[in-house]
Amino acid sequence: MDLLTPHLLSIGPLLTLVAVALLVLLLESIITKSEPVSFWTSVAGLLVSIGIAVPGIAVHGSAFGGMLRTGGSANYFSIIFFICALLTIVFSRDYLKKRDSVFGEFYLLILFATVGMVLMAAAADLIIVFLGIELMSICLYVLAGFIRGSVLSNESSLKYFLLGAFATGFLLYGIALLYGSTGSTSITFLTEHFETYASSRLFLAGIGLLIVGLAFKIGAVPFHMWVPDVYQGAPTPVSGFMATGAKAAAFSIIIGLFAQRFVHGVQIGTLLAILAAASMILGNVVAIAQTNVKRMLAYSSIAHAGYMLTGLAAGNAYGRDGILFYLLAYAFMNLGAFGLISFMEQEGEKHLTFDDYAGLGTTKPFLAVLMSVFMFSLAGIPPFAGFFGKYYIFVGAVQADMTWLAIVGVLMSVVSVFYYLRLVMVMYFQDTLIGQTASYSASSAAFVVLAALILLGLGVFPSSLLAIITTLY
Amino acid sequence: MTVDAILFFIVAAGAVASAVLMITGQNPVKSVLFLIVNFFCLAVLYLILHAQFIAIIQILVYAGAIMVLFLFVIMLLNLGTEEKHVDALNMKRSVAVILSCIVLFLILIAIGLPAAGTGGLPASALVNGTVETIGRDLFRQYLLPFEITSLLLLGAMVGVIVLAKKHFE
Amino acid sequence: MELLIPVIKISVVLGVLLGVVAYTVLVERRVAAAIQNRVGPNRVGWNGLLQPLADVIKLVMKEDIVPKQANRFIHDLAPMISMAIALITFAVIPFGDSITLFGQAIKLQIASVNIGILYILAMTSLGVYGITLSGWSSNSKYSLLGGLRSSAQMLSYELAMGLSVIGVVMIAGSLELDKIVQTQHGWMWNILLQPVGFVTFVVASFAETNRHPFDLPEAEPELVGGYHTEYSGLKFGLFFLAEYTNMVTSSAVITTLFLGGWQIPYIGLAGLPAFWVSILQVLAFCVKVYLLVLFFIIIRWTIPRFRYDQLMNLGWKVMLPLSVLNLLVTGLVILYL
Repeated sequence: MDLLTPHLLSIGPLLTLVAVALLVLLLESIITKSEPVSFWTSVAGLLVSIGIAVPGIAVHGSAFGGMLRTGGSANYFSIIFFICALLTIVFSRDYLKKRDSVFGEFYLLILFATVGMVLMAAAADLIIVFLGIELMSICLYVLAGFIRGSVLSNESSLKYFLLGAFATGFLLYGIALLYGSTGSTSITFLTEHFETYASSRLFLAGIGLLIVGLAFKIGAVPFHMWVPDVYQGAPTPVSGFMATGAKAAAFSIIIGLFAQRFVHGVQIGTLLAILAAASMILGNVVAIAQTNVKRMLAYSSIAHAGYMLTGLAAGNAYGRDGILFYLLAYAFMNLGAFGLISFMEQEGEKHLTFDDYAGLGTTKPFLAVLMSVFMFSLAGIPPFAGFFGKYYIFVGAVQADMTWLAIVGVLMSVVSVFYYLRLVMVMYFQDTLIGQTASYSASSAAFVVLAALILLGLGVFPSSLLAIITTLY
Repeated sequence: MTVDAILFFIVAAGAVASAVLMITGQNPVKSVLFLIVNFFCLAVLYLILHAQFIAIIQILVYAGAIMVLFLFVIMLLNLGTEEKHVDALNMKRSVAVILSCIVLFLILIAIGLPAAGTGGLPASALVNGTVETIGRDLFRQYLLPFEITSLLLLGAMVGVIVLAKKHFE
Repeated sequence: MELLIPVIKISVVLGVLLGVVAYTVLVERRVAAAIQNRVGPNRVGWNGLLQPLADVIKLVMKEDIVPKQANRFIHDLAPMISMAIALITFAVIPFGDSITLFGQAIKLQIASVNIGILYILAMTSLGVYGITLSGWSSNSKYSLLGGLRSSAQMLSYELAMGLSVIGVVMIAGSLELDKIVQTQHGWMWNILLQPVGFVTFVVASFAETNRHPFDLPEAEPELVGGYHTEYSGLKFGLFFLAEYTNMVTSSAVITTLFLGGWQIPYIGLAGLPAFWVSILQVLAFCVKVYLLVLFFIIIRWTIPRFRYDQLMNLGWKVMLPLSVLNLLVTGLVILYL
């Protein structure tokens, strides 16, 4: 027991979250009308977890015999996941009422998925990586199909599950090959001895399979096929959760693996650059053609995976810090946007096309303004946080002699302005449709406003966050 | 050739044969049976590697529990012989076969060329796989993954119940 | 010589086992008759002692009928699986301490493996295939229902069974069956140290052997004969024998795990020569096993069958939590006492 105590203390945020999840599980099974209790327990638990995680950022350490990294980036990512989970849970309550599926198990699954994400971010061993990914993915498969009466939701869940299981196979095979060629699953060991093994084909095959598995999770081209269908069919807040939390979690692993030294092996840097360019081009170009807002955001999320991969391909501190900055900003802007869409959506997956937003600027100016903020930020227009994320990433690419990639990125950002601002244009310069309704609770509205304010704050004072980010690794 | 080597080749051939028969079979129940045979062959291979625990767990968990569930579901759904939808699959199948062959070829190359830095088996893997050694590792070095696994199963269980439950109250 | 001793051991154990099984059928019929105030089979040989032989001849002579729509191969395979699994489980059970014959110490156990308990659990879990496959391959609704019930039932009770054994393993500190028996010297029998584990294990054993009150896979009032409805002749006989073999094997496992195996309390104080001690121990083992077999039989003729939902409720809501609780308490006691 005494041996365990320091380890347990250092993983405080994780433990708190697990405790909250188990508490919700118990409440669900004991109380009859448990949904409100579960909701508030989850919200309170996540707030407490954030509170515990914040002071830990300054401390760096490891726990459980090198299985977990604690403090630093692990805590930073944990905070991102907690924020994503918090926003998702708050938004989903209104949404689930609309879809007639208000069950406390939803919050429980979100909490479990978040535990998986925290494990991924904190993992210092590939076994933990695998377990974290599985925990997160299995919960997400179920969450995607949570609206059981909806065909689209079922389709989304099934597609995500089948392809996700397949991708996990790649990941696991990669881990097995890495273990076979190095005799270790420790990420620290692998990053430190990368050059030693770089000539081993078995090792490189393992790295390649690992990249395939992770690229699937972040939805990078050419492993993006599932993204539009899954995001469209899943309950809207869940789509937001997948696009932000799950993506950030997968990136936390990729950064942990590759951002340190791996990129010096030239092949991997180039490989990531190709993935990045393909994702940016395909995501942004195809997004133009979308009429469904959720699908548009799905393709935009593919494009964003591309931007972030750019920072990784750059392989320098600038790029890495840019990704960390961008992931936090992206959590706010994307979840905010999905939250607003969930307010607008009506029964039976209605009111999801661009036309349904016509004239929102006059009928519901409050929602329209907020939506515009998120769209501007997603497009990377200053003074919102999205701009600075992209800025740091592209600067990183230029510094790493990958100017071509930066140029592709900037060009594609310009393309993206077209479809983001089209929504804004539709809202303000087209005539109102009849029957436009939005339903949301005060707490949801408060959180959306908060997200928009934070975006603005981060955009105006990016250096305060950046100062923290530079100390993370 | 030692007895071990002869045994290995016999059992390995059995494993490959049963795996091929499993995926080519038309009758799902027969496929399940071949998969069970395959698991047995793997268990024997583990035994040859002195990994008794893994061998018996392979039989206990995979052959004894998971495949029973497979069989249960197949019987419950009363799956007959698979209908042939050749036209749609033929093209894809040939591509899949070619790609699989390429991957196999690459892996064979990778294994065949002992490149610099290949570590070989770590010392811990060479110790015999008795319950004692595995248990010791599991509750010391791998304590955390072990505990996380229980969390993973719990999450999966909740998820399955959410999806399968007929009526929520 | 190295090969000879195991071969002799295997032959003797197999012979005795099959003989015992054959006569268990007779015992069951006589006990049933006694309970129901009947006479029972008493015509073939003195008091019906040759009845098993007559039964075997009858079964062998009968026509082997396979339904037209059945899957012939699996239909043939299923009874063989059942019988084979039932027999090979006995391989790891120690029926005595070592005995010195012709100047050579012989361990009275066919195979002493360091994963003995896991082997038994694995074989038990495989036993379900015989029944499930026979149910499927017969292509008859009664058989199929029997097979389905059997697979669900076996899976449900396997958990409780595995968990209730762990308490014993924790006390013995080993998975080897002869070590487990050795730790039960004197009155340290596990039935006294692990009463809850004993009860859950025995109940789970009943369920795993498909014996009353858990014999839903062959429940006559609903399913005609259940999984073996479409079997006749020798193949039916194999199922029949497998059921009784399972009963004897389970009794042997229960004896080994909870009733001290071949141990006779304080026999060392009697000052007998080592050879006779060994013989007495083997006899003690046989007596214990047979008392349990009688227990199995008496239960069958005195307790009504469960309904299927009752069976599942018992398995998941009573047996499983109970065995987990037992595990927890055992762990705490071992840790703090």
